[in-house]
Amino acid sequence: MTHTPPSPLLSRKELDTLLGGAARAWLDEALAEAAHAAAHDDTTPAESYSVPPWELRYAAAGRHCGLEHADSVRALLLTEAHAGLPALTRLYEQGTAAERRAVLLTLSALDLGATALPLVEDALRTNDTTLVAAAVGPYAAAHLEPHNWRHAVLKCLFTGVPVEAVAELARRSRGDAELARMLGDFASERIAAGRPVPAGLHHVLALTAPGPAAPTVPTASTQES
Amino acid sequence: MRIFDPHIHMTSRTTDDYQAMYDAGVRALVEPSFWLGQPRTSPASFFDYFDALLGWEPFRAAQYGIAHHCTLALNPKEANDPRCTPVLDALPRYLVKDSVVAVGEIGYDSMTPAEDHALAAQLQLAAEHGLPALVHTPHRDKLAGLRRTIDVVRESGLAPERVLLDHLNETTVKDARDSGCWAGFSIYPDTKMDEDRMVAVLQLHGTEKVLVNSAADWGRSDPLKTRRVGDAMLAAGFTEDDVDQVLWRNPVAFYGQSGRLHLDTAAPEPLHEGNSILRGGE
Repeated sequence: MTHTPPSPLLSRKELDTLLGGAARAWLDEALAEAAHAAAHDDTTPAESYSVPPWELRYAAAGRHCGLEHADSVRALLLTEAHAGLPALTRLYEQGTAAERRAVLLTLSALDLGATALPLVEDALRTNDTTLVAAAVGPYAAAHLEPHNWRHAVLKCLFTGVPVEAVAELARRSRGDAELARMLGDFASERIAAGRPVPAGLHHVLALTAPGPAAPTVPTASTQES
Repeated sequence: MRIFDPHIHMTSRTTDDYQAMYDAGVRALVEPSFWLGQPRTSPASFFDYFDALLGWEPFRAAQYGIAHHCTLALNPKEANDPRCTPVLDALPRYLVKDSVVAVGEIGYDSMTPAEDHALAAQLQLAAEHGLPALVHTPHRDKLAGLRRTIDVVRESGLAPERVLLDHLNETTVKDARDSGCWAGFSIYPDTKMDEDRMVAVLQLHGTEKVLVNSAADWGRSDPLKTRRVGDAMLAAGFTEDDVDQVLWRNPVAFYGQSGRLHLDTAAPEPLHEGNSILRGGE
C-alpha cells in the first residue's frame, strides 16, 4: 500500500505520448461515447441496472490504457461527458475503490458548485487511505465546511496520509484556533500513550498561527483536454 | 513456497489470518462471492457485498502484502430466492470491474429449476465478458450434481478450459478431469478434502490443471490449508516445482485467462530471479 499523494492527472496530449496505438484508438472511441453522452440528457434512472456505454469504458479504462493511467483516462471521460451529479454519484457509488478515487480527483474540474460534497464526505468516512487522500484535494479545499475540513486533516494524520495531500492546507489552516486545539489534543493523547506524534502534525500546527490576510484563492484546477 | 489461494472468503476472516497467511507464503488470493450464512433479502445487500469485494477487502489485503481479486455472481443457494434474483440483471455492470477475474461461485446447491436458470445465464455472462467461471459443485448428491453441471457447461458458450469445477473429491475427480475443465479441491479440517487425501489424488491424477484452496469462510475452516498441502506434497516426494505448479502457476494460469490478474507482490523466495512483478495472463 502506498501513502503517496495521487499522481497529477495527465492531459490527453500527455497521454498520447505515453499510450500505444491500440490504447489511443480505444481512448478515441471512449471519448466519442462520452461526448455523445454530453450532448444528450442523462436519463438513466437512479435505480436502473442499465449502464451507459461510456460508463462501461470508465470501468475498463485501466485494462486498456494501463492501470497507471486509469485516473487520468477516467478524469478525461468525466470532463468529456460533462458528468453531472447523477452520473458522478452513480459512478462513485457503483465504483471500485479506483473508480471512486478518479471521481474524487476530478470534482474540481467540473462545474458542480458544492453539490458533490456528499461524495467527499462519504470518502472521508472510509478508512481506505487512497480515498481519503483523493478526497482532500482542491474540491474539498474550496467547499468543505470548517468542521468537516478539520476532521479531514485530523483523519489524514490518524491514518498516515501525508498532509501534503491536503489542498490549500496553508490557506485553510491560517488562524484556525479550533484546528490548533484539535491538533494539540491529539498530540497530548499520543504522548500520554507513549506513541510518536505524526510528523505532519507540527507542520500543520505551525500553519494555524494567525498570519497576514490570505492571498487570493486560486480557482480550482481545470482539466486540460 | 509462494502460494495463491484461488478460493477463500476473506470477508469472514481476521487481520491475524492475513498476517498468518503472508507468513505461510500466501501472496495472492481470489475471493469468490457466496452466501453469508445469513440469507439476504434484497439485491442491495448483494451490491454492498460486491462493493466490499471491490473496495475495502483488496485494501485490507494490501496491508498484508497480499494481492486480492474476486469473482462475482448470484450464488446457487440464493438463486432460489425471488427476492435476490434481480442480482442477475445487475451483474453486467459489475463484471466489467478491473479486479473481477471470473464469474462465480455459480453451480448447483439443490438442483432446482431456478438454479438451472442462474447457472446457464451466468455461464453466458462469463462468455460475454471474456471471463472464466468458478463453478461450485454441490455438497449433497455430489456426483449427480457434478454430471449435471458438466452437461450445462457443455451446452454453454464457455469452453471447458475456462471453467473451474470446485470442491471436488475422490468420487468426482475423474468425471471432472474427463470434461476438460480445471479441477479445484477445497481442504477443510473435517469436511471436504484433507491434505493427505489431496496428496493421494495428486499422485493418481497428476498436477496438471489442478487447483488447491482453503475455501476458508465463517465456518470451521483453516486459511493455512494451502500451505499444509504444499508441505504434505514435499513430504510425499513431490518436487518444489510440482508444489509451485499446483499452488501458484495453475491458479495464475486459470484466472489469468481473464486478462485482469495483477500480481505486484514480491514472491517469498527468489523463484523469479528477483523479479517481483508477475502479471498473469499476459
